[in-house]
Amino acid sequence: MVAGGSNLPREELLEMYRRMVLIRRMEEQLARDCAAGKLPGPVHLYVGEEAVAVGVCQHLSDRDWITSTHRGHGHFLAKGGDPAGMMAEIYGRADGICGGFGGSMHVADFSKGIIGANGIVGGGIALATGAALAAQLDGDGRVAVCFFGDGAANQGVLMEALNVAALWKLPLLLVCENNGFSEFSPSATVTAGSIAQRARPFGVPAVEVDGNDVVAVWQAANAAVRRAREGQGPSLIEARTYRTRGHVEYEVTFITEPYRDEAEVEAWRGRDPIPRFARRLVAEGLASAAELEAVEGSVARIVAEAVRFAEGSPEPAAATARGHMFATAPRGSAPWPGSG
Amino acid sequence: MARKRLIQAMNEALLEEMERDPRIVLFGEDVKASLFGDTKGLWKRFGPDRVRDTPICEALISGMAVGAAAAGRRVVCHMMFGNFIYTGMDAIANQAAKLRYMTNGQIKLPITYLAVSGGGRSAAAQHSDAVHPVLANLGGVKVVMPGSPADAKGLLKAAIRDDDPVFFLQAAGRGGEAGEVPDEDVVIPLGTASVRRPGRDLTLVAIGAMVRPALKAADALAGDGIEVEVVDPRTIVPLDLETILGSVRRTGRLVLVDEARDTCSVASHIAALVAERAFDALVAPVRRVTVPDCCIPYAPVLERAVLPGVEQVEAAIRATLAWRRPA
Repeated sequence: MVAGGSNLPREELLEMYRRMVLIRRMEEQLARDCAAGKLPGPVHLYVGEEAVAVGVCQHLSDRDWITSTHRGHGHFLAKGGDPAGMMAEIYGRADGICGGFGGSMHVADFSKGIIGANGIVGGGIALATGAALAAQLDGDGRVAVCFFGDGAANQGVLMEALNVAALWKLPLLLVCENNGFSEFSPSATVTAGSIAQRARPFGVPAVEVDGNDVVAVWQAANAAVRRAREGQGPSLIEARTYRTRGHVEYEVTFITEPYRDEAEVEAWRGRDPIPRFARRLVAEGLASAAELEAVEGSVARIVAEAVRFAEGSPEPAAATARGHMFATAPRGSAPWPGSG
Repeated sequence: MARKRLIQAMNEALLEEMERDPRIVLFGEDVKASLFGDTKGLWKRFGPDRVRDTPICEALISGMAVGAAAAGRRVVCHMMFGNFIYTGMDAIANQAAKLRYMTNGQIKLPITYLAVSGGGRSAAAQHSDAVHPVLANLGGVKVVMPGSPADAKGLLKAAIRDDDPVFFLQAAGRGGEAGEVPDEDVVIPLGTASVRRPGRDLTLVAIGAMVRPALKAADALAGDGIEVEVVDPRTIVPLDLETILGSVRRTGRLVLVDEARDTCSVASHIAALVAERAFDALVAPVRRVTVPDCCIPYAPVLERAVLPGVEQVEAAIRATLAWRRPA
């Protein structure tokens, strides 16, 4: 069973489809919740970019590491994070995956190798490089994957990471999600040249792929992850995609001038990775329309259950706010200076 | 017990801890060459897997420490000079100090960041900052400042064994200071101050490099029958406030000497805590001896003019003892 010569088993293709739909429906729920004023903090949605997280994470196990971005729900779910735990976290509840201490920009689950979403643009690059060093020392074939955006590609730490990862042949995969925008600035206004080209002078192989084609992403990641696991060093993938929603939900309340052309957004909606993948699966006889409809049904139940779980979870106890700054509790009754 | 230099004591602590725990990795700029001597011989002993020279890229290495620790390693990350910590500050302030908290305590981050901190060596403004107040204010990192070779060894062992990010700040130019260092495996718990000299007339809190001028001032005043109690907090975060408060309750007077700029110095912080909690015990206003709010200059005569020395400490003590409530 193949899709476009990818040699991907049907089950794996359907699983990737299911994960993409899960990410999309979870985030559509979050968009509604945000509009309804149910979310205490900002959310940055990944709608339209799901093929990147899913196509890459399909190659990873819980023992591999990922770092993510402020637009991190997709990476969390693609890497096997719990939808209910994520929903409760974004609702700011005690049963959230981070107990309500992190929120949307910090969903993390170390037991699944998810070092976490990150509120600092480019903040995950050094962390992933460090995890790759640990993986290399462990010598058991683990890899670290760093998802970052085109905006983060302009942070100097990317060059530092490319240099060290190339020098030390670290098992690191840098995945740039070029979604066309650096917050509210179109990439062309803030990013010179090609991001993939930035890797090549370091001797780091880099490819550009259609980030809205999950099979193309899967194929690029397949080669890069294998290379890393075999000890041949880092790679970079620049996945060309598009942020069909805003930088942050509710941005219309403070961004008064349009910063992009609505026709451009519409054109990219026409390249939406999910219906595109669905059409391909049906056209190639790998899935029936009924099977894909069944995926929608199962995902809808997961989303509904996540919402029910989040709504039913209590708010964190205010007294816990200072609870776990340190793993090794300082001596004495006062946890740290000035604590009362 | 043998007489050793502070930097040797640190070197011993690193060597013994790396022998003891094979999961410790150490990396940083020129750790093989060892500019200060603290990492001398480690590369030869433990090899390039566990001891790595990095390029000059503090933004990366400070964050790599976080990633490697999150992935199960115990990390020693050498930042060289305190001022270079600023270059690596995103990963320190936004990642190392926050990742455990933001994730509801899902992980431990056993990282020891090493750096030389403070002035006194004509290294000029970009190599001479005392960085401990900045770090202490981050909240999620511990800050250790040894005042003697024995403390350097015992505190560095504690820092490495600690499961949180710890900054171990060695006072610039004090690596050559010699003192008795225990041969056995002594670990000094973080958050325990040391009373370096007992006295009944006044409490002198001295931080890091300021311990030496504080002890000298106390010696000089002893000739005049003035008994100064010198307290070295040894760690700024966590802070052993109980020992300081206990001393102030006995002496009724407090002078603090801190090689930090005056605004938001740790001396200011401790002064506020004492004022809040032991106001009733004070018989004179608290005095702080700090660095004026200026850069650390290059020329020795200029540098001496801004760094606290024995004379300023002595003058502050005498003024505090001479203070009388206005009639």
